[in-house]
Amino acid sequence: MGIANSVLEAVRTEMGLHPGTYPCKVGVRIGEMAAIDQDALRFCFEAIIHDTDLESLELGIEVCPRRHRCLVCGREFIVRDYDSRCPQCASLETTCIGGDELELAYLEVEEYGASTAAAKSPQ
Amino acid sequence: MERVPLQQKVLSENDRIAAELRARFQKHGILCLNLISSPGSGKTSLLERTLETLPRQDRVAVLTGDIQTENDANRLKRFHFPVKQITTGGTCHLDARMIERHLADWDLDDLDLLLIENVGNLVCPSSYDLGEAAKIVVLSVTEGEDKPLKYPSIFFKSDLLVLNKIDLLPYVPFDIEAAAENARKVHPGMEIVKVSCLTGNGLHEWMMWLEQRRMAHKSLAQQTVS
Repeated sequence: MGIANSVLEAVRTEMGLHPGTYPCKVGVRIGEMAAIDQDALRFCFEAIIHDTDLESLELGIEVCPRRHRCLVCGREFIVRDYDSRCPQCASLETTCIGGDELELAYLEVEEYGASTAAAKSPQ
Repeated sequence: MERVPLQQKVLSENDRIAAELRARFQKHGILCLNLISSPGSGKTSLLERTLETLPRQDRVAVLTGDIQTENDANRLKRFHFPVKQITTGGTCHLDARMIERHLADWDLDDLDLLLIENVGNLVCPSSYDLGEAAKIVVLSVTEGEDKPLKYPSIFFKSDLLVLNKIDLLPYVPFDIEAAAENARKVHPGMEIVKVSCLTGNGLHEWMMWLEQRRMAHKSLAQQTVS
């Protein structure tokens, strides 16, 4: 719930920079090691926007896999099934370079009245 | 439709306060440790045994988090170190602002070690940086040995795994080697100590780990000053 609130707060802050528009979709990047359950986040997000001016705001979730870099040969690879051994040189000396993301990625905004205008004159 | 890129962490406000706390801890030479586990794994018991063992003149303080009640603070206060309860009133984790608020009337110059007992939960606390130098995860043998695989984030982010309640090993089907192996699958090279807060078995190893951390932190702080 705290995460959902933080996402919504960020949306409200960002919207201050885009007068005359409304937000359609907010995208977040979540690492598979970030301890965030997608369904729970979606549920909380929908619960807190319900009956507010942001009720139609969509939540886009991109899941980022755990990625390691080999300290011996430099190969970067996705870790599957907790096997962090380098697929190129079999070294166990690898370091994590991704997979614990909890980031805002993007916000899609639309000008008020733009969707009807676009429907009339498709570009 | 316009897509605006957002380059910020979801918890950027928490991270900002945590960074301030970390800087304050560093300035005052305080080692801050964040203890995390499921409810009932023995965080409070581990703190009780720790406070009981530490010399009375040590400059140690404890912040202990729960959703409700002052029970844990009351358990820990009898060791005569400063202890403060944080009741979150429903929130399932501590955040950096709660730590900041509860530190307000302590003089940080009087402290060397700050132990934070998080709310019992293996999930959300792992997302909230509290400005700590290290996270410690406690797992008890009455839970499953596959906990590290089911909740990888906290095992991945913690420096130390304390396997607690080893006195119960004869009575429960818990494979302690498999638990250690699972933890190291998620976090290669993870340090592990096996303890019983009831019998005191293994606590010496835990206290050694703590002492080493305190020494390392002290020498690092002195280098930074000089």
